[in-house]
Amino acid sequence: MSEQLLKIENLKVRYGGIEAVRGISLDVRAGETVTLIGANGAGKSSTLRTVSGLVKPAEGRIIFGGEDITDKDPTYIVSKGLMMVPEGRRIFPNLTVLENLKVGAYLRKDDLDEDIEKVYEYFPRLKERSWQEGGTLSGGEQQMLAVGRALMGRPRLLMMDEPSLGLAPIVVQEIFRIIRQISESGTTVLLIEQNANMALHVADRAYVIENGMITTEGTGEELLKDEKVRAAYLGSTS
Amino acid sequence: MKKKEKSFRIFIGISILLLFVILLENLSGFIPGLPQIFQPTSPLFTVLKKAAVYSLVAVSMNLLNGFTGLFSLGQAGFMLLGAYTYAILMVPTQMKEQVYYLFGGCAFDFSLLSACEGIFGTGGFGGAAAMILSCLIALLLAGCVSGFFAYLIGIPVLRLKSDYLAIATLGFAEILRAIFQWQKLGRITNGANMIKGFPTFSSFNITNSSGGTVLRLSTFVPFLISALCILVIMLLINSSYGRAFKAIRDDEVAAEAMGINLFRHKMMSFVISSFFAGIGGGLFAMYVANAQAKAFTSVMTYEILLIVVIGGIGSVSGSVLATFLYVACSEWWLRFLDSELYIGAVKVPLLRNGFRMVVFSVVIMVIVLFFSQGIMGDQELNLGALLKKIRVKKERKE
Repeated sequence: MSEQLLKIENLKVRYGGIEAVRGISLDVRAGETVTLIGANGAGKSSTLRTVSGLVKPAEGRIIFGGEDITDKDPTYIVSKGLMMVPEGRRIFPNLTVLENLKVGAYLRKDDLDEDIEKVYEYFPRLKERSWQEGGTLSGGEQQMLAVGRALMGRPRLLMMDEPSLGLAPIVVQEIFRIIRQISESGTTVLLIEQNANMALHVADRAYVIENGMITTEGTGEELLKDEKVRAAYLGSTS
Repeated sequence: MKKKEKSFRIFIGISILLLFVILLENLSGFIPGLPQIFQPTSPLFTVLKKAAVYSLVAVSMNLLNGFTGLFSLGQAGFMLLGAYTYAILMVPTQMKEQVYYLFGGCAFDFSLLSACEGIFGTGGFGGAAAMILSCLIALLLAGCVSGFFAYLIGIPVLRLKSDYLAIATLGFAEILRAIFQWQKLGRITNGANMIKGFPTFSSFNITNSSGGTVLRLSTFVPFLISALCILVIMLLINSSYGRAFKAIRDDEVAAEAMGINLFRHKMMSFVISSFFAGIGGGLFAMYVANAQAKAFTSVMTYEILLIVVIGGIGSVSGSVLATFLYVACSEWWLRFLDSELYIGAVKVPLLRNGFRMVVFSVVIMVIVLFFSQGIMGDQELNLGALLKKIRVKKERKE
C-alpha cells in the first residue's frame, strides 16, 4: 500500500442550522484516483470546499500529507500542493488563456515555461487560443482551461468538482480521457461527479455519498456491479 | 529579448514626449512673436499641467476600480492628505508666521525645504539641489501618509463589497475634509484657509541672476513625475501581482482557490493606489499653488471617476488619453460656451455662464449610453499595432 495523502476524519459542515456534511471519513492514497459520487445536495461539493479551506468545518479533521490542515487558510493549503478545479469552471473571463494559466501557478516562484508546455500538450486547443480571453472560449475549452490552470500549481492532489457539468457527452469523454492521462502521469486525483458511469470507470476507488454521509465504498469496478449503486446512479435497466 | 526591446521602446517614447514638452514650453522664449497659444500664459499649458496631474490620479484610481475591481470613491480624500502633507512640509520656516497669521503661527516648526536649504545653501546650484531633493522627499512622504491612512481605513472597509465599499470610502473622504477644515487644528492645517508659499511648478523654471527666465520647466516637471509614477503602476499591473489583482476582479472565489490571499492583495492594491493618489494630491497642490480642503470635494472624485469611465475601465493608456481630452474640454475648448456672444447686434441664445456644464453633461450621457466601453475598453494603446492597421487599410485601398 502506498502512503496516505489525504485523510478526512468524521468531517461535519454546517451552513447556519443545516448540516450539509454529517460525519464523513475517507482517505486518498498517493497515486490513486478516487471518486466521490452522489446526487445533488448530498454534500460532495461542501466536502471539497472544506478540504480546500474555502469553508470551515464544524467538526472533524483533515490531514494532508501527514499535516493537519483543518483550520488553515486556502493560501497555505494551495502552497502545500492541494489544487482545486472549482465547480462550474470559474475561469477568469477577462484574462487571456495564458494569464489564466499563470494565475494557477501564482504561489510558485520558479520558471513556468515547462509547465505551460505540458498543459498545452494535454490541451492542444488551448495553445491555439493562448491569447484569447477566457470568456470567449466554449464551455468545453473553459473546462480544459480550468483543469490546466489547476495543473499549473504542480498539485500533489488535484481535486475536481464536477468537471462534466453542462458539457456535451463527447466533450465529457474528452475531459475524462485527460483525467485518466493526468492520473497515469502520477498525480493523485480526487474527483467529484454526478456522472457516476464515467467517474467509476476512471476511478481506482469510489465512495457513494448520500445526505451528507458515506453509504457505500469500494473499487470502481465493484461499485459498477453493485445493485444499489446501479439502481440509484446508473439506471437499473442497463 | 522581446521584453527588453519593448521596455527600451517605452523608454524612448517617454523621453521623446518629455523633450517635446520642454521644447513646446520654451518655444516662445527662443522665437519671439509667436501666436498667443505658445506663450506661457496660454490655456494650452494650464491644460497640460493639470492633465499631467490628473492622469496620475486617474491611473491610480483605475488600478483600484478597473484592475482590482474595488469600487472606491475615496480618491479626493487621499489627494487631500497628499496635498496637505506636501504643503505643510514645504512652507519655508520664514513664511510660516505669515501663512498661519490667523492662528498665531504654526505648531509644526519643521520645514523640509528650509532644512535642505540649510545643507545645500539657497542660491545657485545648491538652492536648486535643495529644492529638487526636498520636493521629491515631500512628494514621497505625501504618498506614504496617504498610503498609511489607506492601510488604517482599509482594515475595516475592505471587507465590504461593491456599493458598500464605495459609500464607506466616500464617507471617509468627506470626514477627512471636515477634519482638515476644523478650526481647532488651525495651527497645523490652517483651518479653512489655504496654505501657500511652498514651491510650485513654476519654481522649477531656471532663472538668471536678474530674475529673467532662461529655461521653463514648469510643464515638464509634472509630466516627468506623472510619467514615472504611471510607469511604476504599469510595471505593477504587468507583474504577477497585477495578474492576481485582475484574477480577483474577475472571480474572487476562483482566485482564492488558486491560493491568492484576497484580503492581502486587496489591501496592497488599495494602499498602492492611495500612495499614488497622495503624490497626485501633492502635485495638485503645486499646480494650484495652494492647499485648501475645500478643493477636495466628492465632485473631484466624480470628475476622476468620469475620466476613468471615459477612458475605459481597465486601460491605463485610456485613462491618460481621457484625462487630456477631459481637461482640455473643461478648461479650454468648451470655455466659450460660458461667455455671452454677440454676432452683430444679435445675442447668440443659450450661451451664458454655466452653459458649459450643460453641454458637458450631454456629452457624458452620450458617451455612457453609446460608448459604454470608453475610448479604449480594457485594451492598451499600441502604436505599432495602430500603424500596422493603417498600413493594411491603405494597401487595401490601393
